[in-house]
Amino acid sequence: MSIIVYTESEKGKFKKGALEVVSYAKAIADQMGTSVTAVTINADNAESLGNYGASKVLSIKNDALNTFNAKTYAYAIEQAAKQEDAKVVVVSSSADSKYLAPILAVGLDAGYVSNVVEAPTNVSPFTVKRTVFTNKAFANTEITTDVKVVGLSNNSFGLVETGGSASVEDFSPSLPDSGVSVESVDKATDKVSIADAEIVVSGGRGLKGPENWGMVEELAEVLGAATACSKPVSDLGWRPHSEHVGQTGKPVASNLYIAIGISGAIQHLAGINSSKVKVVINTDPEAPFFKAADYGVVGDAFEVVPQLIEKLKAFKAANA
Amino acid sequence: MKILVCISHVPDTTSKINFTDGDTKFDTNGVQFVINPNDEFGLTRAMWFKEKQGASVDVVNVGGPETEPTLRKALAIGADSAIRVNTEATDGFAVAKQLAKVVKDGGYDLVIAGRESIDYNGGMVPGMLATMIDANFVANCIGLEIDGTNAKAVREIDGGKETVSTSLPLVVGGQKGLVEESDLRIPNMRGIMMARKKPLTVLDPIDSSAETKASSFEKPAPKGAVKLVDADNIDELVNLLHNEAKVI
Repeated sequence: MSIIVYTESEKGKFKKGALEVVSYAKAIADQMGTSVTAVTINADNAESLGNYGASKVLSIKNDALNTFNAKTYAYAIEQAAKQEDAKVVVVSSSADSKYLAPILAVGLDAGYVSNVVEAPTNVSPFTVKRTVFTNKAFANTEITTDVKVVGLSNNSFGLVETGGSASVEDFSPSLPDSGVSVESVDKATDKVSIADAEIVVSGGRGLKGPENWGMVEELAEVLGAATACSKPVSDLGWRPHSEHVGQTGKPVASNLYIAIGISGAIQHLAGINSSKVKVVINTDPEAPFFKAADYGVVGDAFEVVPQLIEKLKAFKAANA
Repeated sequence: MKILVCISHVPDTTSKINFTDGDTKFDTNGVQFVINPNDEFGLTRAMWFKEKQGASVDVVNVGGPETEPTLRKALAIGADSAIRVNTEATDGFAVAKQLAKVVKDGGYDLVIAGRESIDYNGGMVPGMLATMIDANFVANCIGLEIDGTNAKAVREIDGGKETVSTSLPLVVGGQKGLVEESDLRIPNMRGIMMARKKPLTVLDPIDSSAETKASSFEKPAPKGAVKLVDADNIDELVNLLHNEAKVI
């Protein structure tokens, strides 16, 4: 018996979310008196997962898996879980992991709970806390099957370094026909994605036009943040749809969310509510976002943001 | 082409979320229910296929009689017929199991579900359903073209999008992008009148037990008031983010 965790990588390098799910799996393993086995697909430095609590890594190297495919990846992880007689399988909340998790759960006859925000409150019955009603509430959810799949919400557990080491074994699962093949990928490679970001800087209609996004991008660059936008901004075509955050856009669960010129419609707030700290900059003190935010500045973004960039640069220089 | 659109019956976004029976049940008192927004984008794309390429469009919900007004709304938007599987939607797995039976019996080529419902947000029904019926599956689908039995779909990925080719039978987890918000249709009077006469079939559920159970609900702790920082004192904001919030 062990806990299996799927650790995502991109071009061989582990994503931050991968390290977080290993830390999380380690917490479950400690509660259940067992150990963590990580599954990697075409990742380098697999042994480095030992530092986050994995004792063993099943390393899959196969050129047929160079491009992500939910079905083939799910089947590969399923075989690893069966070999290890895993009782719990942990995945992240990246778009790819959320895509493969339901396929994996059916393959393992496992109950699956997504958007989990903390370590299990109980391992018998196995009970986890997840967000529901688009972050307006939590549900304490029992998984009643023998094998369980848990999807951890991004940035909800954090990284825990254990200083441990992991043994690495090659693993060669058989692969099914994929049924879906990728023809082209359109992705900004030089930017932090909203899903991976610890900080998200988001702009709304208050910025008046796409030509004013330079300062949003500069602020994001200073903070190592991803850029995002409100729904009207993506509807107007000022920014690509992939930046739209909110109920019908992408969910955000960053540590810090900075909203510039966004009034805070309920649909927007629903999508960003799981961010830990929210800052709003808006000229209108009556904007609903001020009720949802932790810190607020009532002021003109065109004056406040450049100041903030300058102060943050000074802060970074002083703390470098 | 036979299309099935899965319709979740969910509280409107602006609903107050409360719980009853010792925080074990969602309080539906005073709550307005609507078609799940992600499903509405899918339904509208299905109508496009019906009108431009020729297709039949059925809608399905797994739930009690209280969900019928939502199904009737889908009929008023233009679906040909509706199916309700008469059982409580206990968890994603149990719902997927019921839907798998409907899809197999109905011989559907294309199933469009929302990427997730805005109430429980599990995001698992489309993928589970596809796996159960051995159909191809595309999650977070923001574009879909069908040509014969070939399909081209666009999937939203972290930081961008990818275009994939696949074939029918196909299940997609759809969202905004399948059509734009401005393409959504408000049922007109004629549609509403016609919807009353369209078939709404109630099916008995098959045996299927849930694999997960929400034992209790809780609401987040009330948030403290916003801390306002003067626009002339941005140093203070940086200081608070560093020393108090500890996020930079």
